[in-house]
Amino acid sequence: MADPFLSIQHVRKSFGATTVVEDFNLDVERGEFVSFLGPSGCGKTTVLRMVAGFEEPSAGTIVVGGKDITRLKPNQRNVGMVFQAYALFPNLTVAQNIGFGLKVAGMSRADIDARVAEMLGIIKLPQMADRYPYQLSGGQQQRIALARAIAPKPKLLLLDEPLSALDAKVRVSLREEIRSIQKKLGITTIFVTHDQEEALSISDRIAVMYGGKAEQVGTPFEIYNRPATKFVANFVGTLNVLEGTVTDAAAGTVRVNSEQVSLKGKLNGSKSGDTLSLALRPEAISLGRQPGRDSSLSGEISEVHFLGSVIRVRVGIGGNTVSLDTFNSPATPPPAVGEKAEISFSSSDMLVLH
Amino acid sequence: MKSGRFWAWVVFILGAAYFFIPLLATVEFSLRMRRGVHSFDAYQIVLGDPRFQATFLYSVIAAVFTIILGVLVVVPTAYWIRLRLPQLRPIVEFITLLPLVIPAIVIVFGYIRMYGSNSPLPFLGSNMGANALLVIGYATLALPYMYRAVDTGLRTIDVRTLTEAAQILGAGWGTIIGRVILPNVLIAVLSGAFLTFAIVIGEFTMASLLNRPAFGPYLQNIGANRAYEPAALAVIAFAITWGCMSLIQILSRFAPKSANRPN
Repeated sequence: MADPFLSIQHVRKSFGATTVVEDFNLDVERGEFVSFLGPSGCGKTTVLRMVAGFEEPSAGTIVVGGKDITRLKPNQRNVGMVFQAYALFPNLTVAQNIGFGLKVAGMSRADIDARVAEMLGIIKLPQMADRYPYQLSGGQQQRIALARAIAPKPKLLLLDEPLSALDAKVRVSLREEIRSIQKKLGITTIFVTHDQEEALSISDRIAVMYGGKAEQVGTPFEIYNRPATKFVANFVGTLNVLEGTVTDAAAGTVRVNSEQVSLKGKLNGSKSGDTLSLALRPEAISLGRQPGRDSSLSGEISEVHFLGSVIRVRVGIGGNTVSLDTFNSPATPPPAVGEKAEISFSSSDMLVLH
Repeated sequence: MKSGRFWAWVVFILGAAYFFIPLLATVEFSLRMRRGVHSFDAYQIVLGDPRFQATFLYSVIAAVFTIILGVLVVVPTAYWIRLRLPQLRPIVEFITLLPLVIPAIVIVFGYIRMYGSNSPLPFLGSNMGANALLVIGYATLALPYMYRAVDTGLRTIDVRTLTEAAQILGAGWGTIIGRVILPNVLIAVLSGAFLTFAIVIGEFTMASLLNRPAFGPYLQNIGANRAYEPAALAVIAFAITWGCMSLIQILSRFAPKSANRPN
C-alpha cells in the first residue's frame, strides 16, 4: 500500500495500570471498508474511539489523509460516526437531526435543505423528514443516524456496532444497505462488530482483534481460509480441532487417532513427537470416501441434527469429535447414531494451529 | 378485596380532609370581611395595596434572577458530573442538600458577617449589592430542588452518547449544552424553576434580615396587624404555588420522548 488514507501506527491505550490496546497497527486505503472483529473487551471499540477522538492514545499516531489527527478534538476531525444506541437527538425532527452537522458547519438554510433531502433519498426515507426519533422503528432510526453521519461529507465513517440493537431480519437488510451506500459514496469506513457473519459478508478487509492486538488483518477469504493464529481459527467460523502427533517431521506426516495424515510443507518448525492442534472446517469434510480427498479417518456417528436443507453430523474419532454438514437428499435417509463411519478430507484443507 | 378498597377510601378521605379543611376554613374566613355576607373585600384591599404590588413585583423579579442563576450554575454542573466526574456525584449531592440542613438564618448571618459594608466584598454596602446577595442566597436555598430536578432530567437521556454524537458532528460545548442537552432536559429545568419560584415568593428570613422589600416580609407584616387580609394573602400565595405545580404537570406532557435508548 503506497499511501494509506488512514494509518494507525503503534497505538497503545492504557486506563491506569490496565492496557486495553497494545501496539495496534493498521493501514486503510481510501474507499476501503474495514471491520474490527473480536469478542467483547478485545479493544476494538477503544481503537475506534481513538480514531474518533473520544479517547486519547497513550502512545502512537493516527493519520487521516496525510494529516496527523492524534491530538485533535472530535469536532475538529471531520469524521462521521454511527453509534450502537442510534444517538439521535430526541428534541429534533429527522430533518433537523440530519442537518445538525451542516448547521454547525455554517451552511446556508437552502443548502442544508437540499442536502437533507438528498440524504433522505439515499436512505430511502424521503417521507420521514418531519417525524421525531421516537416515531421511528429501530432500523429507521439507525438509517437516519447513518444519514446524519454522512451528511457533512466526512473523510472517514466510523460504525460502532450499529446493527447489534436491531432484530435479525433488519440487521441483514441494513448491513447490505450500509455497504451499498458506502460503495456508492466511496467513503472510507471502519466497522466494529463482534458478529463474524456481518464482518465476513460486508468487509473488504477484516482486522481480527484479541487482547488489545490485531491478531490478523486480511480479506474475509484469507481470514476464514487461512487463519494466522489459533484464536482467529476458533473465533471465525466453526472449526473442528483434532490433536495429532508428528511421526516424521521431514516427511510431514502426523498421526491422528492411529491413522497417518500427510501435511507436507505445513509442519514448519515442528519436530517428530510434537503434539499439534489440527483444524478442519465442517465444509471441508465429507462423510465416506470421496474422490479427490487424500485423507480419511474412521469413527462412530455420535449425533445427527436435521436442519432442513442441511444435516449436521457429529462423528467421534478417538478422543475427538468432528462436525460436518451434508446436504439433505430426499432419496437418502440421514445416517443413524452409533453407525460406523469414515470421514474424508483433503490434507491441503487441514490447518495447523500455532 | 372489597374491604381493602373501602379502607383505602377511608384513608384517602381522612387525608384529604386533613389537608382541605384548614384550607377551606382559611378561604371561608377570608371572605367574611363584610359583616353578615361573603365578599371579596379582603382580596380587593390586598390586591389594591401598592405595597402588595411593589413587594410582589420585587419577589417575582428576584425569582426570575434566581432561576437564571440556578440554571447557569446547576445545568453545566450536573451535566459535567454525569459526563466526566461521576465519582464526585455523592459529594455534589451532599453539598446540594446542605441548604435543607442549615437554616436560612444561619446562612444569612454568615452573609452579613462576610459581606458587610466593612468587609473586602461589601455586597451590603449598596442596594444593588444587597439585591444580588439576596438572589445568590435564594439560589442556594433552591439548590436541592433545582439540582435534583435537572439531575433527574439528565438521567432520562443518554448524556454521554448524545454529547459524543454532537461532538463528532462538529459541535463545541456551547452548542452541545444549548442545542442538545438543555432542550432535552428543559421540562426538568422548568420544574426546578417553578419550585424555585414558589420558594422565593414566600421566603421571609433572608429578605427580612437583609432588609429587602420582598413579598415574604410583607406577608408577615400584614399577618401581624390585620385580621382578614392575611387569610386572603395566604390563599393567594397558595394559589400561586399550586399554579406553579400545575404548570410543571402540564409542561411535563411536552417533554421530548427519548429515542436514544434502543429497546
